[in-house]
This record gives sequence, structure tokens and C-alpha cells, in this order.
Amino acid sequence: MTHSFNIETDAGLTHNVQPLMHEIRHAVQALLDTGETTVIDLRSLPLAPGELEVIEATLGRGEVNAVLEAMGPSEISETVFPGVWLVRHFNADKQVMGVFVEITRMPSLLLSQNEDIADGLRQLDEKLETMF
Amino acid sequence: MKKDQTLGEVLRSRKISRRGFLKFCAATASLMALPPSMIPAIARALENARRPSVIWLSFQECTGCTESLTRSHAPTVEGLIFESISLDYHHTLQAASGEAAEAAREAAMQENWGEYLLVVDGSIPAGGAGFSTIAGISNMDMLLETAAGAAAIIAVGSCAAFGGIPAAKPNPTGALSVAELLQGYADQLPDTVNATASELKSKPIINVPGCPPIPVVITGVLTHFLTFGTIPELDALSRPKVFYGNSIHDRCYRRPFYDRGQFAETFDDEGAKKGWCLYKLGCKGPTTFNACATAKWNDGTSFPIESGHPCLGCSEPDFWDAGGFYKALSTPTEDISRAAVYAVAAGAAAGVALGAANRAKKSKAAKNHQKVSIDDLEK
Repeated sequence: MTHSFNIETDAGLTHNVQPLMHEIRHAVQALLDTGETTVIDLRSLPLAPGELEVIEATLGRGEVNAVLEAMGPSEISETVFPGVWLVRHFNADKQVMGVFVEITRMPSLLLSQNEDIADGLRQLDEKLETMF
Repeated sequence: MKKDQTLGEVLRSRKISRRGFLKFCAATASLMALPPSMIPAIARALENARRPSVIWLSFQECTGCTESLTRSHAPTVEGLIFESISLDYHHTLQAASGEAAEAAREAAMQENWGEYLLVVDGSIPAGGAGFSTIAGISNMDMLLETAAGAAAIIAVGSCAAFGGIPAAKPNPTGALSVAELLQGYADQLPDTVNATASELKSKPIINVPGCPPIPVVITGVLTHFLTFGTIPELDALSRPKVFYGNSIHDRCYRRPFYDRGQFAETFDDEGAKKGWCLYKLGCKGPTTFNACATAKWNDGTSFPIESGHPCLGCSEPDFWDAGGFYKALSTPTEDISRAAVYAVAAGAAAGVALGAANRAKKSKAAKNHQKVSIDDLEK
């Protein structure tokens, strides 16, 4: 959901965008060197109207775009910088619940979770019992 | 919904997948301003949390705090947390009325004595029991009775936390905050109160001020209690530091303009259009501690300053009597006392008299085709 305000803004308004990009750069280096992963909560930063869009435009869209449907959609996209992912959670009304930059090889939310796999196995067993 | 279910079981019974739950935990960490590295710990704790019994008492209030919490559309994080507690008594939301409602409160108190959470919105009149009663019980007696068995008390909104608008000059009902009442009246307990004065005086109180508080801040405190089983770290005014640790000014995206000395002088000048700092238009951001600048309002849309209006300072004590809303922080407020005197004479609240005076000036200015400046408003 986007909102427009009758206020002029420029990219350098809070001066938070550039340090954030450097923080991401350091995290990518750490991922490459040691495998350490990083998660940055973008909603914890005081961003001016339009600055989130500047960050998103700078990161761009890479090769992978996944949509998770759980309590509303989540968009999990790799940016043009491999290893840097943008994770955006929405509720069923498409309101933003969280925006994170994850520096990792694969956001853990994309992996099938043990509890869900076990549930699925039970359902599969039930299906097999009724089918044959 | 069974009372002994854990939060994890509640969510699971609603067919929420593990991924959905982890997403919910990520959003919870974000709203509690916890680092994302805490998400797995939050997931473990929330999964095993038991649903606490919550008794919600509303006294001299406008129901704005309840509105703030319940107006969001499910399934939001705050909606899910709110649904996952066992809300055993709430005038506005419960179906029961009259004696059945009071019986529900008494039953919840007996079953969960020493363990339930007490949420209070509204101030309590100490100027006479007749100012506000529920089922024939004065607000003061009901609070003292119910506080006696509470594990902790959450004073939601500026009225419960600091007295708020009912306590604004001239405070006709002798309105007190929850903390003031427990400290001041614990020595004059009615027979129905099952606790000693010192027990009541030492009850942990968490103030969640704001007019109203941000919904995620209300649920954030509940979530903290569910997650960690403790009350969050509090500041000198008993406010959770996690939400009230920074001033609006510290976290304001317009702060760079303040630092550069670029201020809007009127609501329609170039500075206002360019989104400059609203300090000179009376913004109370520098002296107001709240999470508006990051948590934002209306499901994260914006906050007052982002919409071009100064912060009123509604989460601070006595914000209603702290000078004109449009008067810059360092300027004197001599007009206020005069307006208050008029208000007493007219039997109206000071703010109403001031508002009327300002409206009169505005319409006069409109007639004369003048621009209304901040000085006009405060003359």
C-alpha cells in the first residue's frame, strides 16, 4: 500500500540510507568470509516518506522472487546483490507487518518447517488410507 | 477456547502454519523493538505461553483506548495477541451485563487470584464516589478490590496513567491516576478489599500513556508479559522503555531540519510545504516520549508530524494543561490561565474554551482574508 503526502522529500532527508547500505555491505562480506547471517529490521529506522522506496530501488530485484501465503502474503525476494534478500510481510488486508533485509544464502522462512512436515505426513497417511 | 491452552496450541488450532507463526514472531520482535536475532527465542517462549486471565476496568474515559486496540482488522499481530488472552471482563466488549457481568469479574478474580492481569483505562474520581459508578460500586472501590489480586496492573491511556483529560484544570471530579489512587487511598480500604495497604502500594504498575496509546504498544506490553513472564523495564514514569525510551524528536524523520535550523513558521508557508521542522508551530516532540515516529498510526500509515501537524505531547503527564498546542516549547503560556478562569466560570473544560477562542480568531481572520499565523492563534 502506498501513500502520498503533499510534502516534498529528497533522498538525503534522514541520512539513514547511506549508512544502511554500508551495513549491508559489511554483512555481505561477513556472509562470504564466515557464513554469518544478518537480519536488519527496516521499520526500526526513522525513515522519511519515500526513503524506503529509495532503499528498495537501490537494492533492486534479483533472480528469485517467492510469495509465501501464511496469515497474509509475504514477499521474499533476492535483490540484485546475491545473498541480500528483501523480506516483506503483509497481513490479509495487505498492510505491512514487517520489512526486513536478510543477508543470508536462503531466508529460513522459505525452508519447509518440521512441524508442518509432520502435519503434512499425517494428512498424507489419511489420504492413502481412504484412497486404497 | 480452553483456558489451559498455550498460545502455540491456540494458533495451531486455527490452522496457522509454522511459517505463519514465525512470521508472526518476526512482526512481534519488530513491534517490541527487539533485534531480529531474538526471533527464535520469542517463538519458543510464545509457543509455550499460557493464556493469562485479563480483567479490564474502564472508569472516567472515552473508550478511545479500547477503540485504538480493536479497530484493526484481523488477523493483525495485535488482533491475534488480543484474542489469545482470556479477557474475562470488559464493559464494552462483554456480552454479559448487570449482575452477570459483575459475577464474571468476581469469578475470574477467585479462579486466578494473584495471577491475573488488570488493565485499567480512565482516571478514578476521588472527589466523590457518585461521579462514576459501575453496578453501584464506586470506581475507587472497584479498582482497590480488583487490584488486590492482580499480578500486575497495566494503566492504559493517559487518563489511567496520569489522570489525563478528566484531571485537567480545574479537575472537577478530583480525578486521579491508578498509581496516585493506590498510593493515596490504600490506607482507607473498604471491607471488600482482600489485601493490606502495603501489598496494594507495592503492586507493579505499567503505565502505557497516550491519547490513545498506539495499539501495538498496548499489545506489545501484553506480549512482553506472555513472552518473558515479567514486566518490561520501566522509566521514571513507569512507562516501558522499549516503547517510551526515545523522544518523538529523537526518532523524527524531520529532525535533520531542526538541526539545520529550517522551521515551518505557518501551516501554509514554504517551510511547511517542504516538510521542515514543526518546532515553532508548537511541536512537543522534544519533550514527548512515545513510539509514534517508528510504530506509526492507522496500521503503520503515518504519524501526526508526517501529516504536517505538531505533536501534542499526549503521552506526557498533564499534556492538556502544558501550554498551547501551537505555542513553541520555550514561549510563555500566560493566556492559558486566563482561559482556564473563563472555563471555570462557564462550567467548561479549559481546552474547550481555548478551542472556541481559537476558532473565533480563525473565522475572523477568514472574513478579513488574512493568513492565520501561529501568533494569531496564540494571541
